[in-house]
Amino acid sequence: MNAARISFTNRDVTMPHQKETSPPSQSRLMTGSEIFVRSLIAEGVEIVFGYPGGAVIGIYDALHDISDIKHILTRHEQGAVHAAEGYAKASGKPGVALVTSGPGATNTVTGIADAYMDSVPIVVFTGQVPLKLIGNDAFQEADIVGITRPITKHNYLVRDVNELATTIKEAFYVATTGRPGPVLVDLPKDVMASKATFDYPKKISMRSYNPHVEGHMKQLEKAIALIAKSKRPVLYVGGGAILSNASDELKEFARKTRIPVTTTLHGLGSYPENDELSMGMLGMHGTWYSNTAVHYCDLLIAVGARFDDRVTGKTEAFAAEAKKIHIDIDPSAISKNVKVDVPIVGDMKKVLAKLIPMVEALDTKDWLQTIKQWKSEHPLRYRNGKLIRMQHVIQKIGEITKGNAVMVTDVGQHQMWAAQFFKYIHPRTHITSGGLGTMGFSLPAAMGAAFARKDLPIISVSGDGGIQMNIQEIATCVENKVPVKIFILNNGYLGMVRQWQELFWRKRYSQVAMFSPDFVKLADAYGCPGFRASTTDEVEDVIKSALAVKDGPVIAEFKVVQEDNVYPMIPAGQTWNEIIDFPEEELSNVAGEDLESEELVTLTKG
Amino acid sequence: MSVVSEKHPEMLDGQTHKHTISLLVENKFGAFNRIAGLFAAKAYNIDSLTVGPTEDDSVSRMTIVTRGDDGVIEQIIKQLNKLIDTLKVTDLTHENFVERDLALIKVQTTTESRSEIMQVVEIFRAKIIDISSKTVTIEAVGSQQKIDAIIKMLKPFVIKEMARTGRVALKREFQGEVD
Repeated sequence: MNAARISFTNRDVTMPHQKETSPPSQSRLMTGSEIFVRSLIAEGVEIVFGYPGGAVIGIYDALHDISDIKHILTRHEQGAVHAAEGYAKASGKPGVALVTSGPGATNTVTGIADAYMDSVPIVVFTGQVPLKLIGNDAFQEADIVGITRPITKHNYLVRDVNELATTIKEAFYVATTGRPGPVLVDLPKDVMASKATFDYPKKISMRSYNPHVEGHMKQLEKAIALIAKSKRPVLYVGGGAILSNASDELKEFARKTRIPVTTTLHGLGSYPENDELSMGMLGMHGTWYSNTAVHYCDLLIAVGARFDDRVTGKTEAFAAEAKKIHIDIDPSAISKNVKVDVPIVGDMKKVLAKLIPMVEALDTKDWLQTIKQWKSEHPLRYRNGKLIRMQHVIQKIGEITKGNAVMVTDVGQHQMWAAQFFKYIHPRTHITSGGLGTMGFSLPAAMGAAFARKDLPIISVSGDGGIQMNIQEIATCVENKVPVKIFILNNGYLGMVRQWQELFWRKRYSQVAMFSPDFVKLADAYGCPGFRASTTDEVEDVIKSALAVKDGPVIAEFKVVQEDNVYPMIPAGQTWNEIIDFPEEELSNVAGEDLESEELVTLTKG
Repeated sequence: MSVVSEKHPEMLDGQTHKHTISLLVENKFGAFNRIAGLFAAKAYNIDSLTVGPTEDDSVSRMTIVTRGDDGVIEQIIKQLNKLIDTLKVTDLTHENFVERDLALIKVQTTTESRSEIMQVVEIFRAKIIDISSKTVTIEAVGSQQKIDAIIKMLKPFVIKEMARTGRVALKREFQGEVD
């Protein structure tokens, strides 16, 4: 909250068509809708993604003359919630969505579930039918509080206008503190029309909610003892590093102790991948060497990570020989999937800051040498050729932007390749739907991220499947001149499902081939530039042309080879022993490819 | 009979134990649903769940009897703690606690069986609270085991209807036997 805002909030927000019946003062009665708008301003909200409707028409009326809050009219409520997520992930500030009752509210469900799985601080405001009609099957009524109870960190139904401001304050407090998450506030129409005095609480305390942020000193000492004894330690870093803005502390800790770092999908960017201690991502499609290092380590330090099944495979065999330290702000994340030796409940930034002066440099020279050897023997690989490989597009984006871009990916093969073949250097430059795996996430999330980061190119990367799940948001980008680079990696398939069908279902390609529109013509129809690359030598030009577009979105379609597989791969629920590295001996089997022009490309993280 | 003093939880099969969890929650709209929903969503067992007011109007106490191995119970307690409305979670299983369950049992009677039923009622220190020519309704209060036992004894007389509250429990302060 800055001074400018405060001065504005003190101005009166009486609508032009309303008669001023009482002098503008703090004690003036305001409608719930006015209180809502004032509360958002007091909370420092700059942007709201939303969609109006009958139950929120009063709120939209109150928003109409407010210049402090920008409202972005999305083309679907799911888009509004993903945009709020993208904004939150890119900025670290809470994202806000505002929708109407009934279908407006139910359309937010996927986005809310996505934010819950990935601990994204968003507050979703939903309209609701008047209190006396609740339960009557009224027009556009849905029990959204009941529907979202298991997928929100907390939710509220506001029953009294006098509780509105405090509830909004609480909603933002709960969403952004502890392990962040989505909070939903349901706003009945009559409550928003009734009046109360506006008094936005400056501070809030809740007797039933006090997240523990400082690590317990006794536990820290136990951790230090384990670290000191370790010969082959590994730092396994998750999204908590980004959420708690702990990158600097992480770098200092790793460099002081000389412990190699692997990150989860959501941890990408928390530790620079051009640093020698980096091993890139671990897990099902992680690098060979990070998974191998975890397999052979004698100490695994999990920080802000939750031992997700895409990371561990079979839990009993995951780092089975290693002692384990687990730092997490959520006590329920500890020992949920894997038993650990030293749990530390606390905010990662604070805990690492306390640990740094306590640790001593370790002699990990031999261990790092071994990892270096693994890196040279098992780098990330793909076969490049005349026809475009997705890996090549990702690698080129990385080279051209030098890692200075926000990559917002969708779900599937391209998502894994984007995690592998782009070197993430800065936190909050990799945004994706990890936990829920929501196709259609990328475009609206990139749109939200674009409002948070004006300093970097925002690149939405989708497959031909995912882009068609929220393609309507192109219109929102065009209308608001949102500079999103919409990169579509089109292989004509739901590639990841096809890969599983190839490897585990005897190549029975059931319902994975997919028709798409002409994306360049579509760009034209929406009124934005469109480019297409059909061969590898066109890739660089198309990327550069797309990056050169300044005032608004651009679509770049890459016609990539139809059948290609993501490697390395540890099949679901299996162990490190089952890891499939890149099958170098097999020739790629790409129709129309000139085998003479094929070359093996390698990339190493760290 | 009604003092549960075992330090070790009731062993069921193998690793699974019965636990009595007492929790204080904000007396707010939806708090009960959140807790019941958590058990459903995470597929935790509920043997019984009771909820009621406390000495403080703004707080409700819930008593949940559940079962699971140590890992599951640890998660149940952590997940309950994670809910925003939860004030305090106590696993009473490892402490001395007093517990009560109440049952209303309507039993079919004949002239011949009535006195036999009344003997059972007396032995269990239960009460007859309603009577008709063909039925008696019995109120029994005590530990879950005691209620289970009286039900078992009454079964041969044909139980027409029954209502049970489930376990309510509080931590014991006095570490001896009072009742």
